Amino acid sequence: MNPSLHIGHSRIRKEGRAKVTGAAQYTDDVCMSGMLYGATVRSRVARGILKGIEFGEGIPWDEFIIVTAKDVTGDLYVALIEQDQPFLALDRINHPEEPVVLLAHEDRYLLEKARAAVRLIIEPLPPLFDLEESLACREVIWGSDNSFKDILIEQGDVDSVWGAATHIVQGEYKTGAQEQLYIEPNGAIAVAKAEEGVTVWGSLQCPYYVHKALKHLFNLPDEKVRVIQMETGGGFGGKEDYPSLIAGHAALLSLKSGGRPVKIVYDREEDMVATTKRHPSRTRIRSAFDAEGQLLALDIDFALDGGAYLTLTPVVLSRGAIHAGGPYRCPNTRIRARAVATNTPPHGAFRGFGAPQSLFAIERHMNVAAAEMGMDPIALRKQNLLKMGDSTATGQIIKEAIDLPGLLDRALEKLDYTAKQESCRVHNASSSPIKRGVGFASFMHGCGFTGAGESYLASVAGVEGREDGKIHVLAAATEMGQGANTILSQVVAEVLKVPLEYVEVARPDTALVPDSGPTVASRTTMVVGKLVQEAAIGLRQILLQAGFLSEPYAGEAFSNAVKQYLAKNGHLKAYSQYSTPPQIVWDDQNYKGDAYTTFAWACYATEVAVDTRTFEVQVEDFVALQEVGRVLNPTLAEGQIEGGVAQGIGYGLSEQVVWNEGRMANGQMTNYIMATSMDLPRIRVYFEESPYPLGPGGAKGIGELPMDGSAPALLNAIQDALATVTPREIPLTPERLMELVESSNG
Amino acid sequence: MAEKMKLSLNVNGQARTLDVWPMARLLDVIREDLHLTGTKEGCGEGECGACSVILDGKLVNSCLIPAVQAEGGELCTIEGVASEEQLHLVQESFLHCGGAQCGICTPGMVMAAVDLLHRCPQPDEAQIRDGLAGNLCRCTGYVKIVDSVADAAERALQVAKESRS
Repeated sequence: MNPSLHIGHSRIRKEGRAKVTGAAQYTDDVCMSGMLYGATVRSRVARGILKGIEFGEGIPWDEFIIVTAKDVTGDLYVALIEQDQPFLALDRINHPEEPVVLLAHEDRYLLEKARAAVRLIIEPLPPLFDLEESLACREVIWGSDNSFKDILIEQGDVDSVWGAATHIVQGEYKTGAQEQLYIEPNGAIAVAKAEEGVTVWGSLQCPYYVHKALKHLFNLPDEKVRVIQMETGGGFGGKEDYPSLIAGHAALLSLKSGGRPVKIVYDREEDMVATTKRHPSRTRIRSAFDAEGQLLALDIDFALDGGAYLTLTPVVLSRGAIHAGGPYRCPNTRIRARAVATNTPPHGAFRGFGAPQSLFAIERHMNVAAAEMGMDPIALRKQNLLKMGDSTATGQIIKEAIDLPGLLDRALEKLDYTAKQESCRVHNASSSPIKRGVGFASFMHGCGFTGAGESYLASVAGVEGREDGKIHVLAAATEMGQGANTILSQVVAEVLKVPLEYVEVARPDTALVPDSGPTVASRTTMVVGKLVQEAAIGLRQILLQAGFLSEPYAGEAFSNAVKQYLAKNGHLKAYSQYSTPPQIVWDDQNYKGDAYTTFAWACYATEVAVDTRTFEVQVEDFVALQEVGRVLNPTLAEGQIEGGVAQGIGYGLSEQVVWNEGRMANGQMTNYIMATSMDLPRIRVYFEESPYPLGPGGAKGIGELPMDGSAPALLNAIQDALATVTPREIPLTPERLMELVESSNG
Repeated sequence: MAEKMKLSLNVNGQARTLDVWPMARLLDVIREDLHLTGTKEGCGEGECGACSVILDGKLVNSCLIPAVQAEGGELCTIEGVASEEQLHLVQESFLHCGGAQCGICTPGMVMAAVDLLHRCPQPDEAQIRDGLAGNLCRCTGYVKIVDSVADAAERALQVAKESRS
């Protein structure tokens, strides 16, 4: 086998130089001539009927561009899955951050004063903030029963098992909302003119989602809407669906101003309180085991709080439901998954997309069950971990030669789990107020869209030869820090056997690149990467067949061939479109079949120190071991895992969204606590590579995986440290832990 | 209404005089009047450090500094860190070690690292973590940033050794 030229090498980030010098242009760095600033007046009432809008005194209102729902001539509702979320509230208010009035002015200080001077007259209606109350239809606030989606996954016959089981273990687990907290807030600039159409530049993950939303909002054909991604300072799902609203708002203001550019960039608080967060969840698990600890049945009731509008909730629920059984073999499984409305801003995409919630529950539950049965949690998992030929809850047969018990062993070995557990026991027997413990979690993450998602998308990506002899990658895949530019370039350069400098990634611009789908679901490397790989093969074939290139060739010969071909033919492009791999079958009605083309598998292990005076938890050591197919760029891949683990640690321990009447009360970095460099250990990342035949260069998706296992591993370690408490809810803040310890002490 | 006032300061080695609002934030003067957009705003309240610059030899959050406080001062922003085409050692290390991901915290992080290595040329990991504690990064989990700073310190030592020999 030839050694690879680029695959598997830590190539330097393509746009890295622009980033380390500060030259990279983010949305807020752009200033256009004649530009206005836009601001959003929000409801501040969780539920009600809009009766009037008053513009207070002392503001030169005639200088302002003012837009309300009445100015919208196209579709008022954001086109996504269900068109229920208005760009601007018309009469009904469904959450406290509902946009009602838009203002624009060239002086952003005056704009702030004006925003504060708008008074909304809202007749309040009884709101609903609680997931259980929504499930019980205490008030009907959405549709006929508050239900966004109801899923049932069934395998075997759960109810036939309870009588014969040696052990039945039940538990309820909760996870809170989590803010994505990208360091660059959401923002967009728009120019909209009646004749020419709409152009938007923004910080966004999915150019074609915004494109679709704007087409409907302005009732325009495809070619009259253009969406261009600026350098994007982190997304993590938080720039998946919300940018459609901001882009729409900026464009509405621009249109009314007669086509002046309008910039809307949220400040930190507006970004935190008004945009989407991770769905809060509640999971009830009833499990049956035989005397040896073999799982006989899992009956799981998984519920998500979706917030006021449907947005992406059904798909988040779907991924959460499919992952709810964890990486275990269980002949009888029933997963009932429901997502319901509440009067908080809509919850949305956040790295992991439902899986961190349900995997937290099952991975805590396995430790709770082990403790109740008097079994070792390692032995319990080894009894039940999936292996090749087993079937998941949806009936998906595992066709890969996975070795999950081996993965678990090796992760524990890296942590030195057994020795550490012993030394923790010895230490904890002393009078020290610091208690130590070790814990772990085994888990997986489905790569790419769930179920038939990828075949519906039918993504297209391409490559293009340029006059300078270089190749441009044409894809809507956005770089937001994860390394898409570099990975896609490596894949193409590998196929073409050219130096990496010969390949550039075109800026995602809907006027120039095809719809390769949204940049979500750990799909960019695995799915879009495969498409650009195939397109590159096609392009090389064109050059070979045209006689401009003959193998073997050097880089320079390749770029000369591109130039010659272009001189003769004018253009050189090749595209590839996604088609579902053979033997992948999914039944969306019954939730049966191959939910994902493949999974990434992992085991994370950690050691914690709990201070029983302050109830602070220090993460002393963290091992993240995963099987992700082939690693295309080790530095980038490690960076993904390290960052995901850090977010997972925050999810588990500190990142608490405090709610007050449906509104986030701690929308500041001062009181929403993410980890600093002082709070985290050196996260130790290990890959086990087993090339995935359908991925480019053997790669699977990895972006979301590290979000899934950190929180349960930490709570398992905290339980190991404290023995007397059984934490079941995250974030496990010091306050919550103190309450648990004090109540367990009686 | 207050009137604009003259502000004279040295920016990345060049003397500049500007008309600014008395209570303008140094960050706004840097981004809007000086058009140096490498300095970022992440939170506007001194928590995230994306707006870090070096003013009179000290690392500061420019979102918390009234511009008038920079009168007669010496300001270094990310644009003043590299000399022409030659990157600073810290910038090179961030590139090679994967210290930059989305890049929005990177300019501030580079400023904090430059400041740290100036005060403490050979920091250990704990000192690096302490030196960067005022700068939040949501992408990296800090591992590769810490490695970047350690790498820059190491290479600075090599350069010093080579220039002595």
